[in-house]
Amino acid sequence: MLGTLAHVVRHHLAALRMLLVFTVITGIAYPLAVTGIAQGLFPYQANGAMIKDNGRPVASARIGQNFSLPLRKGQTTPAPDPKWFQPRPSAAGRTGYDPTSSGASNLGPNNAILIKTIAQRRAAVAAFDGVRPGNVPADAVTASGSGLDPDISPAYAYEQVNRVAKSRGLDPATVRKLVAEHISGRPLGFLGQESVNVVRLDHDLAALKQR
Amino acid sequence: MNATLAGWLQIIALVGALALTFRPFGDYMAHVLASPRHWRAERLVYRVGGVHADAEQTWPGYLRSVLAFSVVSVLFLYGFLRLQNHLLLSLGMKAAAPALSFNTAASFVTNTNWQSYSGESTMGHLVQMAGLAVQNFVSAAVGIAVVAALIRGFTRKNTDRVGNFWQDLTRVVLRILLPISLVMAVVLVAAGTIENFHGFQSITTIAGQHQSIPGGPVASQEVIKELGTNGGGFYNANSAHPFENPDPFTDWLEIYLLLVIGFTLPRTFGTMVGDKRQGYAIVAVMALIWAASLAIVTANELHSVSSSAGHAAGGMMEGKEQRFGIWGSALFAVSTTLTSCGAVNSFHDSYTPGGGGLTIFNMMLGEIAPGGTGSGLYGILILAVVAVFIAGLMVGRTPEYLGKKLRGREMKYASLYILTTPAIVLVGTGVAMALPGERAAMLNHGPHGFSEVLYAFTSAANNNGSAFAGLSTNTVWYNTALGLAMLLGRFLPMVFVLALAGSLAQQQPVPITVGTLPTHRPQFVGLLSAVILIVVGLTYLPALALGPLAEGLH
Repeated sequence: MLGTLAHVVRHHLAALRMLLVFTVITGIAYPLAVTGIAQGLFPYQANGAMIKDNGRPVASARIGQNFSLPLRKGQTTPAPDPKWFQPRPSAAGRTGYDPTSSGASNLGPNNAILIKTIAQRRAAVAAFDGVRPGNVPADAVTASGSGLDPDISPAYAYEQVNRVAKSRGLDPATVRKLVAEHISGRPLGFLGQESVNVVRLDHDLAALKQR
Repeated sequence: MNATLAGWLQIIALVGALALTFRPFGDYMAHVLASPRHWRAERLVYRVGGVHADAEQTWPGYLRSVLAFSVVSVLFLYGFLRLQNHLLLSLGMKAAAPALSFNTAASFVTNTNWQSYSGESTMGHLVQMAGLAVQNFVSAAVGIAVVAALIRGFTRKNTDRVGNFWQDLTRVVLRILLPISLVMAVVLVAAGTIENFHGFQSITTIAGQHQSIPGGPVASQEVIKELGTNGGGFYNANSAHPFENPDPFTDWLEIYLLLVIGFTLPRTFGTMVGDKRQGYAIVAVMALIWAASLAIVTANELHSVSSSAGHAAGGMMEGKEQRFGIWGSALFAVSTTLTSCGAVNSFHDSYTPGGGGLTIFNMMLGEIAPGGTGSGLYGILILAVVAVFIAGLMVGRTPEYLGKKLRGREMKYASLYILTTPAIVLVGTGVAMALPGERAAMLNHGPHGFSEVLYAFTSAANNNGSAFAGLSTNTVWYNTALGLAMLLGRFLPMVFVLALAGSLAQQQPVPITVGTLPTHRPQFVGLLSAVILIVVGLTYLPALALGPLAEGLH
């Protein structure tokens, strides 16, 4: 009996030692090696594709941001700022685009709240951009999976051109050209979807104004 | 290029890449599992670990090593999570609560990677890389080790030995998982996945607001999360998060990685049993199910079938990322629920009733098309045994598979294997629905809420780990119940697989005669597919009728 117990204990101690060996190899050495190579060869990507103005980081090109007006008293969700291209609705955090709380709405395909929210968003976006409600694309009225989606469809970007140009006093043709330059095609011609990165677009839009 | 053509090409390129690596990678894995030579690094591991890696084990011995390793893994990870606030790189995160720590430890050790927590607000960097990611490697290797023992059961004769667990485990980690991960992690970083040790970086945004940008050794964990079919995301949004999966290329690569071992192991099997056609038959069944499932989910999502929200929005983009679109999201969803991966690049709770329902059905199939690393192949081999047995009953002969007789003893192990997971899923879901507090954890109401609970137990018992994430599962009851479901759903089937391996290894093979059922022809592919669908369909139809079917017909 005692002999069996001793054997079981010895066996589990060996198992623990094996686990510790693998912890050192795959849990310490491996991530450190990858980090070393990544920081050496691709520091821009490895550190989150940060966009800097005068040395100060203002965005990660991969993480979407709010481009809204300051929250006023009585409001629960901030109003969009007409000067900027607007991203998709976001379910990350209370006011959206909060990277400390990534995630989706998780509302079901026939959820009454979701259906009502989509209708409200459609009406609001159409009025904001001055277009027919039926023309507002799907990505403009749905929250993304991560809540941090930096991209919108080219259709939604073009929809916003006149409103942005007007509120900034710019020529719509100039703004439309800027959008066209920001359309990312599908990698290799067929992977994923065409998209416009709102963070990069708005960052370059701000530069356009200063010129 | 229009979206339809691009969508098709994306799938064709994926199938092409899997086909290209099938033979060389499958034969390499067979070589790793059968080679008589140790690497010098492996000898060092055995010596430091204090294990005998040359002595072949009986099936109970092999099982004891699997269980000992898993028990200490659960305890170690549990302690790690409870004490993380005292360790380096904790980013100020608190210790995880006891029930959450148990659930998470069970989850990562069983290759499930169900997550009741949100990564960015719960886990520090050290516990992610030295606790969770380590289990991503070793739990995947345990699955491959167990299937290696089963294959040896078929190839050996008149012996009670099925291999050495420590040798299989070490070789799979050092010769397969680690080298691929190292290379692919660097590729992911080059394409935009982050890899650093920063904490949250506070910035003033372009529009003058505040935002906290997270950091972390993400790419190194992302690779093994897919390759080892683990699925536990560094962040809450998992592979939808732009820091884990920044663009359509990384998305495609991640889908390839989560499928490649599962789809390639049948080649390893064919090579090891000395008849490659047997492997082709198995991979054909896997591919058929995968393709059919992909077609159904993609069609449902593209046409917003039975979804009022989808029609209101003009497309099923709720819970999906713009850069992946519907095609890229459906491809990921099908692949992740048919392997035991459970990573997600879009949120299945918001899928159409048909699309979301099929992701549940995919898991109910038992994660076999192609399934998790190793566990997918042993799962489908058990079903092949059942298929051969049924065919044998039809013609009134003692059934044989790969020269081994399937007698009462073998069939008992196969039957127990098949009954285990449905029992856990249905009992767990039934109990949860009977308790008012647990019902209240549903985010959506009615049939869709039931689907959330059914999804949770299906995902846990089949070791998938994805979720209809609306359900609030970070409660003591759900953490405990789902933790137990994961442990039982992982280790009970392993007991039966290893027992079957031991039983088969002892047999003297019977010669092939004209009466032997050929198991490499299209006829057997059809038979096995039918057995899988009927066995699963009959088991789960009542539960599915209450959830996704009711919702779709509504």
